[in-house]
Amino acid sequence: MLKLRVGLAQISPILGSVQENLQLHLERIEEAKEQQVQLLCFPELSLTGYVLKDLVPYVAMTATESAPAIAELLTASESMDLLFGFIEEDKRHRYYISAAYLSQGRIVHVHRKVYLPTYGMFEEERYLATGDRFRAFDTRFGRLGVLVCEDFWHISAPYALWMDGADVLLLISASPGRGLSPEAVLGSSRSVELINQMYATFLTDFVLHCNRVGVEDGLNFWGGSTIFGPDGRLVAQAPYFEESLLVAELDLGATRRVRMQLPLLRDERPDLLYTELRRMLRQSGVASREQ
Amino acid sequence: MDITQRLLLNAGVTRRVLVAFLRRELERFGFRKAVLNLSGGVDSSLSCFLTAEALGGENVLALLLPYRTSVPESAEHARQVIGLTGVSSKTIDITPMVEPYFEQFQQMSDVRRGNVMARMRMIVLYDHSVQWEGLPIGTSNKTELLLGYGTLFGDMASAVNPLGDLYKTQVRQMARAVGVPEAIIQKAPSADLWVGQTDEGELGFTYAEVDKLLYLLVDERYKPEEAIAAGFDPKFVETVVQRIRASQFKRMPPIVAKVSRRDVGHDFLYPRDWGT
Repeated sequence: MLKLRVGLAQISPILGSVQENLQLHLERIEEAKEQQVQLLCFPELSLTGYVLKDLVPYVAMTATESAPAIAELLTASESMDLLFGFIEEDKRHRYYISAAYLSQGRIVHVHRKVYLPTYGMFEEERYLATGDRFRAFDTRFGRLGVLVCEDFWHISAPYALWMDGADVLLLISASPGRGLSPEAVLGSSRSVELINQMYATFLTDFVLHCNRVGVEDGLNFWGGSTIFGPDGRLVAQAPYFEESLLVAELDLGATRRVRMQLPLLRDERPDLLYTELRRMLRQSGVASREQ
Repeated sequence: MDITQRLLLNAGVTRRVLVAFLRRELERFGFRKAVLNLSGGVDSSLSCFLTAEALGGENVLALLLPYRTSVPESAEHARQVIGLTGVSSKTIDITPMVEPYFEQFQQMSDVRRGNVMARMRMIVLYDHSVQWEGLPIGTSNKTELLLGYGTLFGDMASAVNPLGDLYKTQVRQMARAVGVPEAIIQKAPSADLWVGQTDEGELGFTYAEVDKLLYLLVDERYKPEEAIAAGFDPKFVETVVQRIRASQFKRMPPIVAKVSRRDVGHDFLYPRDWGT
């Protein structure tokens, strides 16, 4: 039976201090090592903090081992696989909200956040460039997919990773808490939990969500990181608002059993979707020219 | 839709967010202490309870700053809050500070006099902030901020404000949950800047009414005509919309005339919590 011991490090990064945040990562990695964690996830922008604004260029790094923080994390990845968030600068000086997956001293995958929220309290597109792909990737634990925060508010993003072969989705975020009601849970927490549970159910995938905690510029980050199994059931959840390391053992064999009962992946028709989308896009192109 | 229901909040989760906010936003700048002006009204009482919970009563200084016409009940209520929260306190009469100024301008309106008093209290607050080595905590709620019902650089001044996103009716719910005495929650809200002043008398509508309208206009993004269709009096809607618009300047830092490539205000945009 294939087991995967995962950890979700629900941390509160220091805004704009890569060095201090790197230390925070290394401490959590040590803690996770004691608990035999094989894959440890950190939240969105875990190396930099979230409300960066004009700090973006000053905390940016290339997604290579020439970046000192990444070099240290690559060394740490000899003991367990790591997923963390940072500001990536490309060769032409564009900046991205990126997430890197490291394993055994190698950078296995980098995802650049595609959907940058720029509405309400969010202003990401003012400072950052958008990613342009959704790609699953192979690891020693199977094929995984990574998305960052707003990415997974778009139903097409997890779907694309699912079609690309991801059986485990790693979702990381810096989700600000908001929405008061008589319920003991903030509206934003409720929505994110609901959609993650929905993805797990519809995709028959493991869905892991690592959210940060802490306060920046009046925004509170609510934590409450979750793991949902391929049957849509909650496997484990971290506390709201508090720093914590959530560790759980995933029985990856559950995916096979669930898909025997519920062969949604087998019956899915991406070709049909593709045909229909192509038709709609062609028609909307015609429609917009006619307007 | 029963809008009153939409203004109900879960006190437990709200309290958790606000207390963590206070603790973190002070600690990150190296502060463990705080100071606030305690009038004995529901807003400052709630701020006092939350701040005491975040930092410990011994780290909070509550300032009672009466003027000669202030109603004695205010000080009595403030003293109850001090007793319940265990905060330190100091009473400073602002009468001898503001009277010499009033004497120079005999014809001052109530509003002008009230503004002077509110700003005098701000001076005392910020002065004690240095002496006490604690940050000034705000007491303005969302209703006041949206209506511009406050004195700029007076009672609107603070370093961190835990109440700014709570409507007045939500402040009352929170106050009840944290243990603010019922007499403070029930009494007619008043800035007590002149004899007989009440917020609702001066505004011309009740907080219960206006909070529902503000909720629709601001939180739910209703157009004014949609609010009218939802049952609000057109005149009332117009008054409130106009108040929000006319007071926008009070909710912003002073506007800077841009002449360089990068100026403070338009494109020098760092987070306040930079490096913390």
